Amino acid sequence: MNHNHSLNELDILKELGNIGAGNAATALSQLLNKEINMNVPMAKVVNFNEMMELIGGSERPVAAVFLRMEGEITGSLFFVLSLEDATRLINHLIPDRDLHVGNLPSHELGLSALQELGNIVSAHYLTALSECIGMIVTPSVPQVTIDMVGAIVMTGLLEISQVSDHAIFIDTELIETAEKQLEKAKGHFFLVPNPDSFEKILKALGAR
Amino acid sequence: MEIETIVKVGIAECKIVKTPQFIRTSGLGSCVGVVIYDTTTKIAGMVHVMLPDSSLARTSSFNFYKYADTGVMQLVHDLQKLGVITLNMRAKIAGGSQMFSFTNGSSDIMRIGPRNVEAVKETLEELQIPIVSSDYGGNNGRTIEFNPNNGILMIKTVNKGISYI
Repeated sequence: MNHNHSLNELDILKELGNIGAGNAATALSQLLNKEINMNVPMAKVVNFNEMMELIGGSERPVAAVFLRMEGEITGSLFFVLSLEDATRLINHLIPDRDLHVGNLPSHELGLSALQELGNIVSAHYLTALSECIGMIVTPSVPQVTIDMVGAIVMTGLLEISQVSDHAIFIDTELIETAEKQLEKAKGHFFLVPNPDSFEKILKALGAR
Repeated sequence: MEIETIVKVGIAECKIVKTPQFIRTSGLGSCVGVVIYDTTTKIAGMVHVMLPDSSLARTSSFNFYKYADTGVMQLVHDLQKLGVITLNMRAKIAGGSQMFSFTNGSSDIMRIGPRNVEAVKETLEELQIPIVSSDYGGNNGRTIEFNPNNGILMIKTVNKGISYI
């Protein structure tokens, strides 16, 4: 894979992240009845070890919802939360006084609520992306897990790793905008398109 | 006296240490961490491989340490260059899990963890390097740290705590 993508091409990817996550933020906001904002997305061509740095070190424990993009565009989409934020969001959806960070990995109902939440926001992300580029992108059944972020995200790099040592990585952060709260929940979308999909996206948007 | 330090090994990388240094790699999912060590010289090398078979490489020049077969082979060569005798080499391996299970389509790529483990074992067997202990498979991530002084491998997980093999 050519990894000397022009700034213009990376800007296009940033815009895709913007559109996808914007739509997802709206969905999340309605679901939680909270105001959700987003930061300017980051789009970079990185090697695998650089990517691990960008996601906060490969060992960091996170709650993640993972789904594969299928259809005309393929790749991986991750919705990633810290364990604290995941617990808080779940408690907002299905209040349970017994749920805390320590027992989150074994809290089946909580995990299934998180999976559903991830499913809804990711589907909104992909719908916006699909409409923007005019191609069919369907999500696989989402999977939720609590584990080291590096081990999780590597799953999305396996296909790329067969052809390249670099991946295109689009990161968008969602932030809860509660004024009175000190602790604001944050979530990240990591979008990793497969190499041939990247070329298709650029073509579809007239950049190639 | 030398200071205890921890040398970090990244994805598709390989490093070699000597006691009192430790060697570590973090966030192993489907990847496999292979430690080859010698208790007499107290030298240990670790490689973090991603894919099972270098014939999957689609370019002629590729990073040997990315693949199980060439990665293990190269690590052994690197150790030999430092004077470690193959007969004294022992191995410990960890990783190779399947983080997610998808039922349709691309199941082959999802099974990469177990395939990585198989490839590492085959290469070690070919080189006649015994595997002293291992912790692989399952669906969880691992961070591993090896102490060449006592030959103990620490395995850290998010949900199952720490173990030593």
